[in-house]
This record gives sequence, C-alpha cells and structure tokens, in this order.
Amino acid sequence: MISMHESTTARAGGPGGRGGVAASLARAGAPAIVVADELETRYRSGDTEERIQVLGVLDRIVEEQAAPDLVRAVGIDLVRDALRTNDPRLVAAAMGPFAGRHLGDHDWRHGVVKLVFMGVPLAGVARLHERADDELARMAEDLAEEREAAGRPIPDDLRALLPAPAAAGSDASLEKGR
Amino acid sequence: MRIFDPHIHMTSRTTDDYEAMYAAGVRAVVEPAFWLGQPRTGVSSYLDYFDAITGWERFRASQFGIRHHAAIALNPKEANDPRCREVLPELGRYLRRESVVAVGETGYDSMTPEEDEVLETHLDLAKRHGLPVVVHTPHRDKKHGTQRTLDVVANSGIAPELVVLDHLNEVTVDLVAERGCWMGFSIYPDTKMDPQRMVAILQRLGTERMLVNSAADWGRSDPLLTAETGRAMLDAGFGAAQVDGVLWENPVAFYGQSGRLDVTPLPGFELGGDAELFEGNSILRGAAAMPAEAEATAGAS
Repeated sequence: MISMHESTTARAGGPGGRGGVAASLARAGAPAIVVADELETRYRSGDTEERIQVLGVLDRIVEEQAAPDLVRAVGIDLVRDALRTNDPRLVAAAMGPFAGRHLGDHDWRHGVVKLVFMGVPLAGVARLHERADDELARMAEDLAEEREAAGRPIPDDLRALLPAPAAAGSDASLEKGR
Repeated sequence: MRIFDPHIHMTSRTTDDYEAMYAAGVRAVVEPAFWLGQPRTGVSSYLDYFDAITGWERFRASQFGIRHHAAIALNPKEANDPRCREVLPELGRYLRRESVVAVGETGYDSMTPEEDEVLETHLDLAKRHGLPVVVHTPHRDKKHGTQRTLDVVANSGIAPELVVLDHLNEVTVDLVAERGCWMGFSIYPDTKMDPQRMVAILQRLGTERMLVNSAADWGRSDPLLTAETGRAMLDAGFGAAQVDGVLWENPVAFYGQSGRLDVTPLPGFELGGDAELFEGNSILRGAAAMPAEAEATAGAS
C-alpha cells in the first residue's frame, strides 16, 4: 500500500526533475504542438518520478492553452498509459485534476476502482464525489459482492462508493441492501 | 501428487522456484504470454518475449525436470496501445510453433472497444490454428466482464470446450459452468482464490472442466499453491484420483486439444505421482502432431 502523501511528494518535484517539468512547459506563448510534443517526450523518456511530474502539470498546462484540444488529447493518452501500469504512484498521479476534468467516464471509473484494488486512498482522486455515478456504484457493488463471497473485508473507500441504501450501515445492512 | 500448472509466468520466477516446484510434484507448466508490469511500447519487445517463453524459458524449465509449453497472445492491457497492437500480424508464426499449445492470455482488462476487437481476433486465430484459448477475466467489474466474454466467445463460433475462462471466483463460476467452457482458478496468497475456497467450489460443482493454477508472476504469488490446493482437497475428503484429475488429467485434456502437448518425463527425471503410466497410458496426448522421433520415444498408443 502507498499513501497519497508519497505520490503527491513525488508529483511536487522529487529527484530526477531535470530542472522541473512544470517550469519548462510553462513557457508562455509556446504553440500547442510544441507543448504537446514536449509533454509526450518528457513522459515517454522520463523515469517514474518524471512521469508523475508530467501527469501532475497536465491540468494547468491545458488550462493555459488558447486552443487546448491537441494538448488535451496527448494528456488523455498519457493518463491512459499511466492507468495501465501496476505502479500505484503512477495510477494515483493519473487520477488527479486533469483526469477529473477530461478523462472519459468509462476510463475514469476504471481508474477509481483500480485504486481501490491497489489500496490507494481515494482522497486524492480529483472530483470524486462530483463524478461518482450509478455505474460506478454498480461496479463497487459487484466488487463488494466478490469480496464478501471471498470472506475478505470491504475497505471504507469501497463502502463509500456503494449505492446509498447499502452505504449507510454495517456489513449486515450491506447484505440486506442487496 | 503430480501437478500440471496450467497458468504460470515462469520468466518472473527463480531457479529456487523451479526446484521447489519439482519437489512438490510439478512436472508440467503452461506459460501464457502476459505483460511485464511496465507496459511495452512496441512490437520488438513483444517478439523477444515470445522467443523467450518458447525458447529460453522452455530450456530453463527442462533443466529442472519440468515440461514447459507456452500460450501466445497480445495481452488485454496492451491491446489498448496502438504501438503494441502491431504485434497481431506476427502471432501466426508463433502459433505454429511446436512449443505453443494455446492462444492466450487474452480477454478484458478495462473492457474498451479495442479490447473487444483484439479478443475477437484472438478467438479467430484460435479457430484457424485449431488451438485452445486461455481467457483472462478482468480484475475490475469481473462479473460484467465475464458475462461479456462469454457472449463474445459464443458469437465467435469457437467450441466452448476449447476455451478456459480464468481467474474465476464464487461470483463468476456459475456463469461459465452453464456455457460449457473450462473453468480456471488462480490460487493466490491473499487475493483471487485460496485453497479452502477452491475446495468449496469443487465440492459444490464437481471436478469436471476445472483447472487450478498458481498464476505466479512478479507480484505476490506462490507457485506451490497448486500443491497446497491438492492437499486441501485430500483433507476435505476428495480421493487421490480426483486430486489427480484436477491437478493433472484436466490440464492434460484441455491443452492436449492442441495436438502438441508432451508431458512425458524429461530424460533423467521421473513423472512423480503414483505411477509412470496412468491407466496404462503413457500420457502423451495428441501424438498425431508430434514429431516421429518423439512419438517413438514415448511409445504412445
């Protein structure tokens, strides 16, 4: 298990920043294609810490673009790449503000449930409460059913995603709720 | 106890594991292609990996008395990366290799349209090459993913007995049982299934079409949990023949459908279990597709 503190520490600029991704990318007035290319190059050629930094600045970089489509598309590719890894620091960084704002519902829900699997607290997921929908609740309910059938505990973060009647009470009410 | 682990990623394991597996009775494994934890970025790293699991790893296993075969596929996670999907046209030449007994592991990770397409491609490849298929069921949204997998399998027209749906659990097994596919279970130290839960499923549904594997890889996993499951079966009152059925005969029957499986003892090693011959059979299956010299050596009926 990893804490969000560790991942945010890495995101805020740990070792390997090579002068700071954010500073480099924040050059005012760079054309979108240059910014998009630099984001992608930084991510693809970077180590885990550098990748976390890139994921961490995506939201702000896109906000600064006059025509954000290209940079946003690259950002989504990079987030989807990070969500395919098995490194909880990368997956946690991928589910930050950029994903909260721009990642499609399907991928976003899978990102949330993947963090539950990895034991990463959901407190760091941007716009979690705003975006949590019936489909995410259904996925959470199915996962809780599997955990119960296996005799395994249901983490608080998973319980909080369950449909309202089941989320209100104890294990007993969870069973009754289904 | 003789054991055939039908799903294990030995490239991620040590020679100590091979020694411990042999001592526990493991004499044959199938290594399905999967991902490395770190996503691949192109075709060449895939091809090197396929060469490793059909070549070097097979040799490494043989040094420890364990027959090694592979399953070949583009894994579900990397099916989402266009750079990796370019490996699909390369799969055919690997699926013709003597060491390859199945397509796999394919299936769903995030259930994207790209994964749909790649799963359908794999099922089509399996039909064209006459091979069984190892289908991974997803960690997330497993019930929904299992149902969707079964629908895609049915639509593909492949015979259900050529398909195993793997990583099943209490919630998903019944969906698969009623469709006639094989049912695979990965026994893990603390996720997926454990030996006692596995025994409970076998008590409820019987041992037909059941495959038990360790799915051991680079994560927290244990290649000896197949043996532990066998002991748990005996403790629960299953007979030795039923344990042998689940841990040996079933995987031999499933992968034997490839016509390429060779589970004869390696030179200098013994089969293990109660007898070299089981029911008078040398256990070499699919002799028709075997090279003549191997057939002669094995003396298959």
